[in-house]
Amino acid sequence: MTQGPLHDGLPRRTPGEAPALLARNFSKVFGTSKVLDAVDLAVMPGEIHGLLGSNGSGKSTLIKTIAGLHAPEKGAELILYGRDMPLPTPSGSARASGISFVHQHLALIPSLSVLENMMLNDLASSHNWAINWARMRRHTREVFDRFDLDLDLDRRVADLPQADRALLAITRAFDEVQTHATGGQGILILDEPTPFLPQAGVDKLFSLMRSVAADGAAVIFVAHDIDEIREITDRATILRDGKLAGSLVSKEADREDFISHIVGEKVSLFQTSHDAPEGGKRAAAIRGLDCGSVSQVSFDITEGEIVGLTGLIGSGFDVVPEALFGAQKAERGSLTLGDGRVLDLAAVRPENLLAQGVAFLPSDRLGRAGIGSLPIYENMALPVLKRFRSPLGIDWPAVKSHCAELGQAFDLRPARVDLNLGALSGGNAQKALLAKWLQTRPKLLMLDEPTQGIDVGARQKIFKEVHKAARQGTAVIVASTDAEQLAQICHRILVFSKGCIVSELIGDQITKDSITQETLRASSLPRQKTLEVA
Amino acid sequence: MPHPTDTPALAPRRHLNWAQLGESYALVIVMIALFGVFSLLLPTTFFSWANVSTMLGSQAILVFLTLSLILTLTAGDFDLSVAATLTISAMTVAVLNAQLEVPLVLAISAALLVGAFIGLVNGFFILYFRIPSLIVTLGTGTFINGIVLWMSGSTTIGGIDFTLIKFVVGTRFLGIPLLFYYALIMCLIVWYVFGFTTLGRRLLFVGRGREVALLSGINVEKVRLGALILSSMMAALAGVFYAGTLGAADPNSGNSFLLPAFAAAFLGATAITPGRFNPIGSFVAVYFLVIGITGLTMLGIQSYVQNLFYGGALVLAVALSQLVRKREAQEL
Repeated sequence: MTQGPLHDGLPRRTPGEAPALLARNFSKVFGTSKVLDAVDLAVMPGEIHGLLGSNGSGKSTLIKTIAGLHAPEKGAELILYGRDMPLPTPSGSARASGISFVHQHLALIPSLSVLENMMLNDLASSHNWAINWARMRRHTREVFDRFDLDLDLDRRVADLPQADRALLAITRAFDEVQTHATGGQGILILDEPTPFLPQAGVDKLFSLMRSVAADGAAVIFVAHDIDEIREITDRATILRDGKLAGSLVSKEADREDFISHIVGEKVSLFQTSHDAPEGGKRAAAIRGLDCGSVSQVSFDITEGEIVGLTGLIGSGFDVVPEALFGAQKAERGSLTLGDGRVLDLAAVRPENLLAQGVAFLPSDRLGRAGIGSLPIYENMALPVLKRFRSPLGIDWPAVKSHCAELGQAFDLRPARVDLNLGALSGGNAQKALLAKWLQTRPKLLMLDEPTQGIDVGARQKIFKEVHKAARQGTAVIVASTDAEQLAQICHRILVFSKGCIVSELIGDQITKDSITQETLRASSLPRQKTLEVA
Repeated sequence: MPHPTDTPALAPRRHLNWAQLGESYALVIVMIALFGVFSLLLPTTFFSWANVSTMLGSQAILVFLTLSLILTLTAGDFDLSVAATLTISAMTVAVLNAQLEVPLVLAISAALLVGAFIGLVNGFFILYFRIPSLIVTLGTGTFINGIVLWMSGSTTIGGIDFTLIKFVVGTRFLGIPLLFYYALIMCLIVWYVFGFTTLGRRLLFVGRGREVALLSGINVEKVRLGALILSSMMAALAGVFYAGTLGAADPNSGNSFLLPAFAAAFLGATAITPGRFNPIGSFVAVYFLVIGITGLTMLGIQSYVQNLFYGGALVLAVALSQLVRKREAQEL
């Protein structure tokens, strides 16, 4: 089942068909570390090819090297449709030779219309002076029709749901490769487009990918989610520590195969018992929270309990931690803490909550949780700096050694806290940011998508640490769309739909499948009164 | 990034990093080299104690103004009104003390209060209406210039109490006017606050990531307002000293400090702790600029060279700090 790198078991549709993309012997050295080591990648026309690996495995470096953002080391070859390409790829020539990229951030301009965004391709390459609006409109309609895409051309992208934005970006990329591709139908590289999408969006995205591939384009799909890879791809290439770990035929390999290729050994997945801790005191009571789309949400959480909040994107579950932390102004609602103190959520500010032992780790790691351009230790130490005040000011050596210890406890790699936070991979940055809050021993910790885009190994570490904190009495709220993660760590799950809590899962009811089913079932229900779980 | 599992955990990296050292002290070395070159070219005029002490003393005003700028720059705001604040502060001292015969101490206090008020007004428009600081301070700066022309009748006002001059440039210690030592002390104070207090850390986090700071429990608006007020007061203090170096205040010359102060702030951010606005770097940068200008002027080069030098230094400094950032991003 595992194929050697290029023992040419390529799935040809016709004998002698040339691969759409053939990258051979790609290596890349940054400073002293070899982040990419003689990696090969072959993708056939019409194939959807998965590219997997944990954070720091080199998959984004590989993509960037193919795109020409990095120059590969000597000895690399890039062959598109049987033609040798010059390396390093000159800037802009990847696009001209029919390779198009869709990054997680989609590169759409929110304040412009759908049509204007579709035209950005042409603006960059066309030499025409005047814009033929009618022709652009007709062309865009045709492309949309071809993929059954029903988007209003004049709508602002900012007003589109996230899923439609992803579809738009991918359609645009496909249109782009079609206009440029010579000798083939083009190559589309999708870099983790799914983490922000609800399940229905993912399904739409997959059917779009299938029709793009059926049109003859080669699609490279970079992702973390093994189930998604197994569902959508034909074959998958897996990287580990910069090396080729193997390539699998997706339909034949099972989950374990993938995991062992990614991690290198079998990982035991973290699993908590779903039985809630007994006899815990009430840590917090939320009453009558109204905030944006969320209305009349009330629930309790006890010390040491891990409560998951989930639902489809837009159902409001992710608004709850924001509102409870004062990061988003609530219209009304109250938060009663364990010591009986009542906070008015319409007036509260983050610093008031922190003073009461409430902490919040937002999902946007380098945008809202930490600062990439500052060292890890400064990021970590921010909430506890006062502890290190001496008569002469902040005792930096003590801060550094404290953070180094903390980093070690959280298995930070590389274990150098003087590096900038931005130099860490997503999983390690998250460990550092989790450590930042857990060292304050919060009474209530709120996490928003704590493992989004994080590899399977780092996830387990994060779960363990969260669980450890819970055992020591911290009440934890996890807002996430990741059913697997919720099933792994939560004692109780509250499912949201249209701004209300519509069901509660406890004990044995908590499985990945039941969470997914409940989420989908809830979303199809008409708007209803919120469930009283208080 | 592969996991370097083979490196021992937390191996302390004690060996000297020459590249980093070179980067931190490049500006210092260039400054010394520049001083050397001018000293060789002009052994009698430039390389004389009189000249050196004048450079150190009179240009210390620029140090204060640069420190004023890095307070707001660190907190993520641009304050273009500092030079106008300096001018109105000097003019306040002159009008109150020389024309209305208000005692010096009261005149100085009034000038500092004017500074605080300007910071408050800037803060109000920036924070309450959420207007970019660049625009607000461009406006308030111009507005203040108008007030200065009005209150001075567009003329230079002299006759300020000689005590002020005595305490600023009239007295020398080790042959250098006292003003230089004031600047040095202020640098050390700012250095301490930036590096060793939680207030300094709050400033830095607010400047680097407002959202991160907010979600870490920092009252972002309070910190920004504080930085704007302190910065304007620092500019006002520079204005008081400016009045003290001349014994008079004129309604225009203060504005010529704005560009060199920005150049020094950004140039300073490439030195000592590269990538961060820092007072020691600013101090070095100010004297780098002063040496350059003084030397060129003494060589008899036309006065337009001053603009070339300051403007060029600003753009080069920003380009350099951009390079530093890029290199940092590529590390690892």
